[in-house]
Amino acid sequence: MTNVWVFAQEAAGAPTTGTLELLTKARSLGTVTAFVGGDASAIAGALGEYGATKVYATGDLGGKLPGVAVSAAMKAVIDGGDSPDVILFPQNYEGRDVVSRLSVKLDRTVLTNNVDITVDGGSVTATTPIFGGNTLVTTKFAGAAPYLAAFRPKSFAAESAGGGAPEVVAAPVPELGATGAATVTAVHVEETTGPKLDEANIVVSGGRGLGEADKYAMVEELAKLLRGAPGASRAIVDAGWVPYSYQVGQTGKVVKPGVYIAAGISGATQHMVGMKGAKNIIAINKDKEAPIFGIADLGIVGDVHKVLPKLIEALQARG
Amino acid sequence: MGDPGWVKPIPMGNNDRTMNVIVCVKQIPDPATPGALDSGTNTLKRDGKLILDESDSYGVEMALQLVDAAGGGEVSLVSMAPNGEVSGMRTALAMGAAKGVLVSDPALQGSDALTTAKILAGAIGKLGGADLIIAATESSDGYTGTVPEMMAEVLGLPSVTFAKRVVIEGGVLHADRQTEEGYDEVNTPLPALISVTAGVVEPRYPSFKGIMAAKSKPIETVTAADLGIAPVGFAGAGQEIVTVTQAEARAAGEIVEDDGEGFAKIVAYLENLKVI
Repeated sequence: MTNVWVFAQEAAGAPTTGTLELLTKARSLGTVTAFVGGDASAIAGALGEYGATKVYATGDLGGKLPGVAVSAAMKAVIDGGDSPDVILFPQNYEGRDVVSRLSVKLDRTVLTNNVDITVDGGSVTATTPIFGGNTLVTTKFAGAAPYLAAFRPKSFAAESAGGGAPEVVAAPVPELGATGAATVTAVHVEETTGPKLDEANIVVSGGRGLGEADKYAMVEELAKLLRGAPGASRAIVDAGWVPYSYQVGQTGKVVKPGVYIAAGISGATQHMVGMKGAKNIIAINKDKEAPIFGIADLGIVGDVHKVLPKLIEALQARG
Repeated sequence: MGDPGWVKPIPMGNNDRTMNVIVCVKQIPDPATPGALDSGTNTLKRDGKLILDESDSYGVEMALQLVDAAGGGEVSLVSMAPNGEVSGMRTALAMGAAKGVLVSDPALQGSDALTTAKILAGAIGKLGGADLIIAATESSDGYTGTVPEMMAEVLGLPSVTFAKRVVIEGGVLHADRQTEEGYDEVNTPLPALISVTAGVVEPRYPSFKGIMAAKSKPIETVTAADLGIAPVGFAGAGQEIVTVTQAEARAAGEIVEDDGEGFAKIVAYLENLKVI
């Protein structure tokens, strides 16, 4: 039986959606252990419900960054004799840091940006989209386990298994030496109103076509009227118009909403990677040759400064 | 296991007021040209002219500013490329970096992220270490986003990844680190490694004088064997590409020119989906 670990994360007292997605996939591969960087008491029940039969928890990290602390705790458990065949990580800030440090500690490669994984006997393969998703590469792990793989959000649908309470085992962080010298001194949660970008059913994103930072207010207004989340292309995040947390794309968030509205976004590959999984795509752009129209279900070739105000007005009129 | 015994120890942060920074830069195919896979090896084609990855220009700029703020020191570069290409490194030298080490070796082709991190760490050791190592959060062509944190582990350094604001005061680096929920304030002593997000600073354009000066700045080219790192490339990769297939293309839909009533098309479309 394949021994599968999932790096599990918590937000506001519950496992993150990404954690539940990975647990759901993990239980189709073998027996599932969740590894929590922190105190697991609030989320152990939910981890069990989604398929974890065992939970390792480091306990409070005391200001240590997860990358160095959690990877060291994982290495200690592995050295102690419980060695997994595969460890699944989310492709996000903490996930990438933990898997990177662990990769060096174990001297094992890591496959990143995956959307699927297959276990066939001792052979483990992962699937990664490249070139903006138009090509799929399947890669097999060579050498000995554990195999380390990081997955893009929304790669799997989260479904409860109705599982019972898991066994919770302490996995304390060992002495980190010089690598543990970085300390978190303050945590800032950026206030967001409305649904989260990567969980919203409707996402309205703005790009360089808006012309100037002030015009992003139209995107926010439209998102609010549709009870959706505002997003952005990398171009306007780099330009400092909106925070990085708004960015949709390869280097930002991957979204798969029911409806995605791209306003003034030409459709660079790096952006399309993050939104082409949307069920319906509506694009507004003045350049009819813009790549975004190649994947849009409805494309309006026009000026966002004319189309958006009218659209907002029409929706406001509906109340 | 991953005991990096071949890496030279990094000297502890200088006590004088100078600051030496090493920036990891990647030279990539021009992103404006479509990417392609080599049909024989299924690796990204990186055989033509390579340019400085735009993501790395932020790290170079930050390094130059930190050295300025410290009142002295220098910025050095490390890079890895299978074909001896230095034009991307010259761009960073033209911005103001002093020198560089390029690890170039045909045997490096097919190297995985872990091997890349070992190679770059070896090149950093070759330069004698530094007070601070800076990398971008991820490259624009391979984008595994793991190499900086791997390098920190190989070098035995603390790290702050995804830094979007960085200041150094009294030998301590303070950074705002991007998180899922917002950001964390993080302190770390030097030496340390950081990865910086795009937009953290405004990269300068190389001046004509800078471009001319860059032509004579030293770039030392070494092989993986010179650094004592083996196996590398396909032989060292813990992975093997099995298949490459085309994904199902998404069909284009209805495209209409806005005649002043384009908004109504959107309203009707949303109504039809019953989301309004």
